[in-house]
Amino acid sequence: MNVDQGPDGQHVHPAHASPPDRAIPGSGEAHRHVLVVLVMDRPGVLNRVASLMRARNFNIDSLAVSRTDKPHISRMTITLHGDDVAVEQAAKQLYRLVDVLKVQDVTADQLVEHELAFVKVRASNGNRAEVIKIVELYKGRIVDVAPGSVIVEATGTESEIDALVALLRSYGIKELVRTGAVVMLRGAGSIESSDRWTAGAPHRSSEGEDPINVEGSGTPNGGNIS
Amino acid sequence: MTMTRGEPPAGRAADGSADPAGATAAAPARVHRSHVPGDGSVTAAAVEQARREMLHEGRTRKRTRIGADVLMEALIHQGTDVMFSYPGGVILPIYDILGDYPEIRHVLVRHEQGGGHAADGYARASGRVGVCMGTSGPGATNLVTALATAQLDSVPIVAITGNVPTALIGKDAFQEIDITGITLPMTKHNYLVRDADDIPRVVGEAFYLAKRGRPGPVHIDITKDALQQETTAEHPSSEEIIAGLPGFRPTLDGHPKQLKLAAREIAAAKRPLILAGHGILIAEAWDQLRAFAEKAQIPVAWTLLGIGAIDEQHPLAYGYMGMHGWKHVNRAIQSADLLIAIGMRFDDRVTGSVRTYAPYARIIHADIDPAEIGKNVAVEVPIVGDARRVLERLATLVPEVDPATRADYFAELAQWRRESEDSSWHGSGAWRDGLLSADLVVERIGELTDHVATYVADVGQNQMWLARYTGFRRPHSHISSGGLGTMGFAVPAAMGAALGNPGAETWAITGDGGFQMTSQELMTLAADRIPVKIALLDNKKLGMIRQWQELFYAGNYHSSHLPGPDFVKLADAYGIPGFRATTIDEVDRVIRAAQAVDGPALIWFEIAEEQNVFPIMPAGKGLSDLIDSAVVPEE
Repeated sequence: MNVDQGPDGQHVHPAHASPPDRAIPGSGEAHRHVLVVLVMDRPGVLNRVASLMRARNFNIDSLAVSRTDKPHISRMTITLHGDDVAVEQAAKQLYRLVDVLKVQDVTADQLVEHELAFVKVRASNGNRAEVIKIVELYKGRIVDVAPGSVIVEATGTESEIDALVALLRSYGIKELVRTGAVVMLRGAGSIESSDRWTAGAPHRSSEGEDPINVEGSGTPNGGNIS
Repeated sequence: MTMTRGEPPAGRAADGSADPAGATAAAPARVHRSHVPGDGSVTAAAVEQARREMLHEGRTRKRTRIGADVLMEALIHQGTDVMFSYPGGVILPIYDILGDYPEIRHVLVRHEQGGGHAADGYARASGRVGVCMGTSGPGATNLVTALATAQLDSVPIVAITGNVPTALIGKDAFQEIDITGITLPMTKHNYLVRDADDIPRVVGEAFYLAKRGRPGPVHIDITKDALQQETTAEHPSSEEIIAGLPGFRPTLDGHPKQLKLAAREIAAAKRPLILAGHGILIAEAWDQLRAFAEKAQIPVAWTLLGIGAIDEQHPLAYGYMGMHGWKHVNRAIQSADLLIAIGMRFDDRVTGSVRTYAPYARIIHADIDPAEIGKNVAVEVPIVGDARRVLERLATLVPEVDPATRADYFAELAQWRRESEDSSWHGSGAWRDGLLSADLVVERIGELTDHVATYVADVGQNQMWLARYTGFRRPHSHISSGGLGTMGFAVPAAMGAALGNPGAETWAITGDGGFQMTSQELMTLAADRIPVKIALLDNKKLGMIRQWQELFYAGNYHSSHLPGPDFVKLADAYGIPGFRATTIDEVDRVIRAAQAVDGPALIWFEIAEEQNVFPIMPAGKGLSDLIDSAVVPEE
């Protein structure tokens, strides 16, 4: 409560007796986001990214890392849940890491998105054919057959894999491993194209010609992406 | 014995560059003890002595260039003139060659944490990069608190640690700890160097990263074998350094579109207020701030770390905001229709409850770190850029305002200021009862130093008293651990500040709690004759803890009573002149006496034991909910 009625502004703006509460950033509705992160391929970079996400209280759903075709540059695909502002904050925090070259929230973009799963399912002579039929329906394939089980390999979006796994569950899943999603933008453009990190390219001055220009908080789409 | 360079010692002693006979004769005077077998012999001592004599001949003696040399060369190249360090096993290769580099003053601290804070104070007072160094394991972990302090306050320091030889990494070797794993979340960047050839590049990058963009601490961990390895590595040019950091491109110029939007908001505002943060001092933008404020006739409030961004005597300087800020300032924020926040980050000590923060205000937020914008409060006009450039551009874009058009606004602000200063000047009013009151002490220190000394705060009540009552008139005159709130900061940080800005008188203002955390640095002050004046505000309490217990924990005073020693005797034991004051009339005399000392001095102010800092914003409350007496209102 107010000890002093003065500073609450009522004298100043009598028309607004009770102003609306100021919104707290990140308190909006959470949904799934996909971030593509290009990083320098240096020791510990995965640790830096993971540590930052933990320290800033962002919960990673999946994380896939691999080399790119460019020397010394790796690519991470991170999926996470959060509201637009919170995920934008995650992207900006990632930018603070010196080894991070680029962060792009591709959630709203036209994507090709797949992950790979292996599922070891119980399958006897009695129901093996049934299992195989389900797997074929989902464009998966059997990569190993043993007397009591098969290993199913499937690729697809997160929800396609979820659906297949749900169907296979009734036969008994002995083991399940998923890579987490990797994505690529449809069309001719490339997330990786930039003269900033192309070997041998002339270096830009840091004095304000930077292609990364974050005018941040308004744009839900990561903001800092040129 | 581990060889650190190509030539055996015997060969060097015999090569004619020193007088072996003379060296041998000198040997018995110095007894060398070593844990290395065979190294304590008279012969070895003689060789050591000979080598030491050769050191004084400068860089001409024959030895190869090793990683440790490259490190020192790189530090000199970066303009380092002082480092605060403590030796240990794995960094002995550095200490072995330190004597060859008289360009760098080595201050032997008494604890690595002190060294870290000293580097921090040096950086804040000078605007240059501070350097500290410790050994592996405990030496490195002792630096961690100082790194975290620098990280949260964006202070450029480079911390160097040694690590065990590469082959032993991961073997839990003696004094081995994964220190880069530990410092990762509390540095701007860190490195583990295993090859001497990498040292020039890494040091170059570390200084560049520490200073550029939003500053911060950078940690370099170097294995012992890399320090001892011979190398011909060359130092990179600044272009090469930048090219090696493609992921680090801070945005310095605000986006023109955003600046125009901001100028439009400013032109339309009736009750605008500038919130000046640490970024003004970091960007050295105080002239631009003043010019902008004067042209647009906008009053300036400041955060704890923004103190000094504007001369407190300036007509547009309104005051210190936040949890223990001035009531009139918080009142101005709560009634403002536009906040222009420059180089500050809406910390919870500044906003209190975000929901009720500045309810009528639209917000322009300029910061060099995009991650700060929209992090704690949603803002209408974000600007990413360097404070100086943003203010420069804004000043050209806004129309000149006639103060007369703001007459009502200014009259109201002035009225609020009078009320606020009358009600809470000298806090509890303990001074009225004839008790020695801390706010009176800091006010007198400010007065007797003409408000132009460097004042280094510790943490707690002393920090708030200092911020409120000293009166700051120049940039970088106030140094305080704001973000981390590190008790024990004042004395070691003042040590660094005194060397970072030797032209200014340097005062450490500390409580008895914080002082007892790092008081070992008294010996460093004494040994190195670093002229820090320590004002020890002793209420025999952890004052801020006691205050919270009184106000919010029903007076349950557990562990806040803190007996201390006779601090004058303690100072005396270190060879530092000590003075004591227990009454108001003694205050000026002891301050002058300490000022008259050529070197460090300590004043023991035995202040009122139960004085509170008012006003205070209770945790979870808003800026309109400041309380200024011990009577907590009923809900």
